[in-house]
Amino acid sequence: MTDTVRLNLPASAARHSPSRRLLLRFGRSLNVLVGTIVLAIMVLLAIFAPVITTYDPVQITPQLRLRPPDAEHIFGTDDFGRDVFTRVAYGARLSLQVGIISVTLAATIGVTLGIIAGFYGGWIDSVIMRLIDVMLAFPGILLALVIVAILGRDLTNVMIAVGISSIPVYARMARGNTLSVKSIDYVAAAQAIGAPTGRIMAVHILPNIIAPLIVVATNGVAGAIISGAALSFLGLGAQPPTPEWGIMLSEGRLYLRQAWWVTTFPGLAIMITVMAINLMGDGLRDILDPRLRL
Amino acid sequence: MTRYLINRLLQAVPTVLLVSILVFLMLHLIPGDPAEIFLGERQTSPEQLEIVREQMGLNRPLHVQYLDYLANVMRGNLGNSLNNGRPVLGEILTRLPHTLELTIAALAISTIIGIGVGIIAALRHNTIIDTVAMMLALVGISMPVYWSSLLLIVLFSINLRWLPPIGQGSLDRLIMPALALGLLSAGSLARLVRSSMLEVLSQDYILTARSKGLHQRRIIFRHTLRNALIPVITILGLTFGQLLSGAVLTETIFARLGLGRMYVEAILNKDFTLVQGTTLFVALAYVFINIAIDVLYVYVDPRIKYD
Repeated sequence: MTDTVRLNLPASAARHSPSRRLLLRFGRSLNVLVGTIVLAIMVLLAIFAPVITTYDPVQITPQLRLRPPDAEHIFGTDDFGRDVFTRVAYGARLSLQVGIISVTLAATIGVTLGIIAGFYGGWIDSVIMRLIDVMLAFPGILLALVIVAILGRDLTNVMIAVGISSIPVYARMARGNTLSVKSIDYVAAAQAIGAPTGRIMAVHILPNIIAPLIVVATNGVAGAIISGAALSFLGLGAQPPTPEWGIMLSEGRLYLRQAWWVTTFPGLAIMITVMAINLMGDGLRDILDPRLRL
Repeated sequence: MTRYLINRLLQAVPTVLLVSILVFLMLHLIPGDPAEIFLGERQTSPEQLEIVREQMGLNRPLHVQYLDYLANVMRGNLGNSLNNGRPVLGEILTRLPHTLELTIAALAISTIIGIGVGIIAALRHNTIIDTVAMMLALVGISMPVYWSSLLLIVLFSINLRWLPPIGQGSLDRLIMPALALGLLSAGSLARLVRSSMLEVLSQDYILTARSKGLHQRRIIFRHTLRNALIPVITILGLTFGQLLSGAVLTETIFARLGLGRMYVEAILNKDFTLVQGTTLFVALAYVFINIAIDVLYVYVDPRIKYD
């Protein structure tokens, strides 16, 4: 009595699994491709800095002070005779760390709070969202500045400060998406068979709300790199002689007239890295969440 | 409308109170004894510390100290600067006009460039103009304001010698910081206006307007732009926040005596009463600006009901 139906699917659909199809779409997105290649170059520069350049990023050589770019020092030297290329390469390590660590911190705390608020609702939701409202009352990097003022000036505190100040974005988004996902049948089914709440949140809710969060987190890394370098530029983050892009810009601005290269290269490094990550973010948004396409 | 405004203000009360608690606790969250922080680097004996603690009321329970702080804030007393002893509110109000001047000029530049580029990109959708405009917007978003400021100084002050590199008090000294700040938010504004315009252009009423034979200019200005600009209002608050953070950097670079620069200097000098007072002032101002924007949004878009 059983009828079997033969589906005439196109050969290509049968050939590729869903994950492979997604991978193909990533490959076809020019934005993601360009962004990934440029970012990969920056990551390689960061990892292999000691191999790529033999100069020391902090050692002072007064006789090499403010040399313009040449074959020996392709990005020139700074006021202390340090090789600018070497400092840019080592600086990539710090900036990428700031970007990734602070976003990981923000996303982990923010998404957890957002899912809890959205899933439980009621007073738990009210308390969490009030706290988020308070954090949102501090515009832009003001909250990060306040946190640095409390914790003290160094690079670890910058990561914590930038991370904490970006929690609200993730919390709000995770909460909103949890609210729409939790009413879907499979969550009710999981509850009906007595699945533990933690498991429902981790296995049934999180995977279904993660796509837009990945997009936001990607652009978040770009924003965190800019904010991190901004704090160091202001003297509130990493301290000299650390090879950090913000510090390099801040030190170099005293020599804008004589030595354009001291600020140009770290500035370009920040812009290119941030642009590559933003391009990836835009591409990911087009692929993962076409509703948000610009 | 009045009811909506009152509701919105009432909703803000818990946020404002929590902000004030957080700002009050700042001094207690900083590692170390608040009395020692107040005395700064000076050498002090335990007896002197005890006197300071007594004078500041630090020996009283925390909630009593908070209520006292709140009462003072209500009276407009934000304490005195640890550095120069002057009232914090006075310091803020002296610096505020310089920051407002910069922020408003930057907002104007950002609005003109952002909306202009967004409209052109949307009208030339999928052409080279659109691609170039969006590439420029991406550059604008990705360029840190502290670098674009330096580039502007190199171009306009060092190479062309058109503008003075730093300072305040005249229009030529306002151009560069305002441009650097304005370009910062122009990129995101251009992207938003473009996507919003494209969405409106695909609506049926635009098709109707076209089929009626209306002039292209009339369709753009009367039918498209008015609706497309509504979402722009929602990001005004965000833009304002962005400009305020940007002001911290541009004021430092261009040596402007604004609120942002004062704030950074207060943190660097460990002038915690000034940090505390300014934080509270800016946070409260931001909360009320956002309420004003919400109200404006409801006013501009009649489709939203304010109940």
